[in-house]
Amino acid sequence: MFTFGDSWYLVLAAIIFAIGAVGLVVRRNPLVMFMCVELMLNAVNLTFVTFSTLLDDVGGQTAVFFVLVVAAAEVVVGLAIIVAIMRRREGANADDVSLMRG
Amino acid sequence: MELIWLIPALPVAGFLVLVLAGRRLGDPAAGWVASAAVAGAFVASVLVWVTLLGDADGTRQVSQTLWEWIPADSFQVSFGLLADELSILMCLFITGVGALIHVYAIAYMRGDPDFPRFFTYLNLFVASMLLLVLGDNLILTFLGWEGVGACSYLLISFWFTDPANASAGKKAFVTNRIGDFGYMLGTFLVFVTFGTVDYLQIDAAAPGIAGGTATAIALLFFLAATGKSAQLPLFVWLPDAMAGPTPVSALIHAATMVTSGVFLLTRLSPILEAAGWANDLIAWVGAVTALLAAGAAVAQNDIKKVLAYSTVSQLGFMFIAVGSQNYVGALFHMITHAFFKALLFLGAGAVIYSMAHEQDMRRYGQLRRYLPVTFGTMFVGWLAISGIPPFSGFWSKDEILAGSYTVKPAGQLLWIVGIIAAVLTAFYMTRMMIMTFAGGREEWRTEGPESLPEVPADVADATEHADSAHAGHDDHDAHHDHHLTPDHTPRESPVLMLAPLVVLAAFAAVAGVLNLPFAKSLHFLEHWVEPVIEGEGELPPGVVQWILALVSIAGAFTGVWFAWRVYQQRRVDRTRLEQPVLAHAWYIDDTYAEVVGGPGEAAFQAAADFDHEVVDGAVRGVGGGALGLGRAFRGLQTGFVRSYAFGIGLGAVALVVFAVLRMSL
Repeated sequence: MFTFGDSWYLVLAAIIFAIGAVGLVVRRNPLVMFMCVELMLNAVNLTFVTFSTLLDDVGGQTAVFFVLVVAAAEVVVGLAIIVAIMRRREGANADDVSLMRG
Repeated sequence: MELIWLIPALPVAGFLVLVLAGRRLGDPAAGWVASAAVAGAFVASVLVWVTLLGDADGTRQVSQTLWEWIPADSFQVSFGLLADELSILMCLFITGVGALIHVYAIAYMRGDPDFPRFFTYLNLFVASMLLLVLGDNLILTFLGWEGVGACSYLLISFWFTDPANASAGKKAFVTNRIGDFGYMLGTFLVFVTFGTVDYLQIDAAAPGIAGGTATAIALLFFLAATGKSAQLPLFVWLPDAMAGPTPVSALIHAATMVTSGVFLLTRLSPILEAAGWANDLIAWVGAVTALLAAGAAVAQNDIKKVLAYSTVSQLGFMFIAVGSQNYVGALFHMITHAFFKALLFLGAGAVIYSMAHEQDMRRYGQLRRYLPVTFGTMFVGWLAISGIPPFSGFWSKDEILAGSYTVKPAGQLLWIVGIIAAVLTAFYMTRMMIMTFAGGREEWRTEGPESLPEVPADVADATEHADSAHAGHDDHDAHHDHHLTPDHTPRESPVLMLAPLVVLAAFAAVAGVLNLPFAKSLHFLEHWVEPVIEGEGELPPGVVQWILALVSIAGAFTGVWFAWRVYQQRRVDRTRLEQPVLAHAWYIDDTYAEVVGGPGEAAFQAAADFDHEVVDGAVRGVGGGALGLGRAFRGLQTGFVRSYAFGIGLGAVALVVFAVLRMSL
């Protein structure tokens, strides 16, 4: 019977992370970029949990809680910024917001 | 009695009052306030002196530490005043002569729009000078030293709207800076050697130091003295300093400030005693200065320039005495010179005042008929400076010359140079007196410069500078006659100006009694200062001393007689004597101007370029490099969030690759 080895979880996490990373770089819509960031974070969470099981160490699961909390906080701030930008200009394009150009 | 602090404090108080309320006090109240401050300082000096008189010989020392000035670990400087035989002597004649000159200036400066400012500076000067002599350490003396330098600058260029006056002030200041550099290095060396800058501790430790160190210290302080006391090679500023008002010339550039170099060396006599050949150098520089300056004075036509070169020459005599370790002689001449030179300057001021601010002696003549008091007092001054006994100058000059005779090596030569300078002194002073007060006719009645006695063209050039100086002067003194006109009738100066002249004349006549050579018991000055000075110059034996004195008397009369023949009887053509080389003071000043203006300027320009290109270049290079680097890297900051994210991603990948490689190696 085919069983999912532990390495499958890690591979899945890597694939999700790669999707998130590429999406973050190639997409211009800030909302989508945001979702990509969430993907990456959750991929990392998945890795933590996997290792926690593998090594029989609860520390990995603890770390996940911290990541979730930070992600929630980041979403609050990030969405607020996006809403503020959307109010000021038509559509949402991350490349239009480049005031920090040197 | 702890009154010492009052001596400098009173002029400081006068200065502050005049700074704050000078304009309101106005003319002449401001002058009276200033005079009262200096007179008060004189009274305080007398009181301290009387207290010291009551002490036993050798214990006459009162020091008063007002506060710790620079407490820095092993470097301790207190703001302390030291009244001993030497400093109280200086205080007495600074405040005494100073007070007389202040009173004189009230009348002389009357009507000047900047009357209060003049007295503000004058009080500040007296305060600085008193700090200079009363300071109990080299640093406090330096404060006074710089203070008098600054006041000298301010007062030389008092009528600063004329560029000639302003540049004369600058010249004095810059020349003195060269001397100050010697003072500072000397102070550093003293501190390194003795670990202190306090005079009493230096004096106590001085006998033990190495000859080479003592020589170096002596030379550095002598450099300082050549600046302030106008000796070769730094004397060039003093003749130009005559651009200031005449009371300034009398107070600062004759009686007090220019003697501070002599004072400083006397103060450091315990070091000089061990300084070996530095003493010979001091004596010879003094002798050469005395001779050259006396020569230059022979051909000056500006009455104040004659006196200026005469001052340089007389200071040279004092340095001969210092170099012969004959400090008593130096101090003696300093005091008598203060009296008779202040007298002569104030007298010259009175003449200038009466002659519509004309300073060219070729336009005077026969003034004794109009200015009897001025003439009478200046006559005393003339006898004193010419070395005619029994007037004061004879005694002090003779003591210096006698002291120089025994110097080894070549003391006789030193004496001969001194005698020649003394003969020249008698000559040029007689010339000045004849041209001013006697002579054939009243020269100003013959109109215009074209009727002046024939003089070579470049001698006339030399006086041009002076002429432009009083052109500026006249602008300010609108109440005076603008020009000396043929119908001008000289009038005697006001009483306020004549009274100081009379007092000074009395002192100039009798000041010789301070140190008569006849018996040990008559050496009052010597007994007085003996405890503070080291190294007594020896005088030649009695018979030799008499012969030397007779020679110097004969010399003085020769000088007077020859001047009489040339200028009164006109048996000798004066133009043969007044060579351009003398009128230009041996071209020393011109040579400086030439050198500093030519190769000197090129060297300064090169130094400036080095500073601009290399030193500044390094600084600018660092800044420019940082800027360029920033420019190169600013392209990285695109402002696109996604490119930043990409960068972070790449960085993470690089880190992972690095970690993996590390592990696999």
